Amino acid sequence: MSKTEKEGVIDPAIKRKQKLEAKNIRVFYDDFEAIKGIDMTIKANKVTAFIGPSGCGKSTFLRLFNRMNDYVDGFRLEGEISIDGKNIYKKKVNVEQLRKQVGMVFQKPNPFPKSIFENVAYGLRIQGIKDKAFLQEKVVDSLKQVALWDEVKDDLNKNALTLSGGQQQRLCIARTLAVEPSIILMDEPTSALDPISTSKIEELIFELKNKYTIIIVTHNMQQAGRVSDYTAFFYLGELIEYDSTKKIFTNPAKKQTENYITGRFG
Amino acid sequence: MISLDQHKDTLNQSGIEMLELCRKQLEDTREAFFNHDSDLAEEVLHKENRVNALDLRIDRDCERFIALHTPVASDLRFVLALRKINFDLERIGDHAYGISNYIVDVDIPVDQKYLDALQVNEMFDAAISMYEDIAEAYVQSSSKKSRKVFKKEKSLNKINMKSFKIIAEEVKKDPQSIEQLLLLFSVIKKLERIGDLITNIAEEIIFYREAEVVKHKKKK
Repeated sequence: MSKTEKEGVIDPAIKRKQKLEAKNIRVFYDDFEAIKGIDMTIKANKVTAFIGPSGCGKSTFLRLFNRMNDYVDGFRLEGEISIDGKNIYKKKVNVEQLRKQVGMVFQKPNPFPKSIFENVAYGLRIQGIKDKAFLQEKVVDSLKQVALWDEVKDDLNKNALTLSGGQQQRLCIARTLAVEPSIILMDEPTSALDPISTSKIEELIFELKNKYTIIIVTHNMQQAGRVSDYTAFFYLGELIEYDSTKKIFTNPAKKQTENYITGRFG
Repeated sequence: MISLDQHKDTLNQSGIEMLELCRKQLEDTREAFFNHDSDLAEEVLHKENRVNALDLRIDRDCERFIALHTPVASDLRFVLALRKINFDLERIGDHAYGISNYIVDVDIPVDQKYLDALQVNEMFDAAISMYEDIAEAYVQSSSKKSRKVFKKEKSLNKINMKSFKIIAEEVKKDPQSIEQLLLLFSVIKKLERIGDLITNIAEEIIFYREAEVVKHKKKK
């Protein structure tokens, strides 16, 4: 076992069933308290949607799971985020290894100005993998998983920036999958896409949940209803309600949740 | 652009309009029946077109509400409930039409002793009282008021259950009376169905207000 694997937070043997836990989380940006004491358990191999008005803390909370907030000036965390029972904010944790296991897809597709093949192989190459056959297999596999293979199989050397927005986003998801994460964080992954591309990404999310634990931040209530198993409603840095998506969208327990999902505030 | 709340309010008003229209149909039918007033019965038949037109309008507006606002939670329950309530009210209108049709088409005087024995007056009373409860429950969005009709429906069912035996006995006693007894049997069946439909409406109001499905459950 390599040094990196030893320091990783996730045991590769059980990485497909990861439980994410947040205990009494408070996040500060200097003096501003962005997250005000949230406890939450994210279920493995399910899709969990984070909803709430802009500035409510849902993206901040999402980015805690792969330590993306570490670079933000003035960021301070209280509480514990654990994956499979292991605190990911402990000093000895290898953050690169953590991000390999907790992949992220952003709002705007962000392919590198490289070929389609190199985009997907990128994560593997920086891990030092040089075996051409292995790389080829992983790239093909990942592109197939995101249902992009048939569209690009004859153009793998084409620059990724020539793809459409929807294709670029699926390519970015393929790039994330290539390094075999167990958890995927998606921050408004379809907000820049047309309805057809959105629908393809949503179908993909549905397929992926068999293998991955997915958290998606979305402003699209219908999308949260369509793709997620659980929904968490955030407001002003607090977790107002967290329940099955069916419950949230048919009979939420809190009036604030009802007002938000029915478009009466936010 | 019409906001969700404006659209919902318009739909709600249409629901009230439908309730009022069908209430008038039911009350006029009762009056026409007991007074042998075929003119009033004709009026009920004539107004059936208005019930049908309003039924179609509400259906169309519900469809538009869903398409334009993709409602969730209580908004979704409201529109789902209204579609069913509208359907039930239209059916109540159909039954009022059916009874009025007998009054116009089948010109048989009904013997008072049969009306008394079969408690037709009580059935009309119970159905109209249930209807009033449900109209009030709808306007006030009250599930508590909706539950009142469950008890009343039981009394309606009781009278209905007894009617078959009474009619059979009366026919045996006087075979000549079969025509008017069959007519009364049909009226009783329609009133019993009206009771069922009002109960359905009560269930829908409870579903809208409390997100609780009480259909096919024992009612308290």
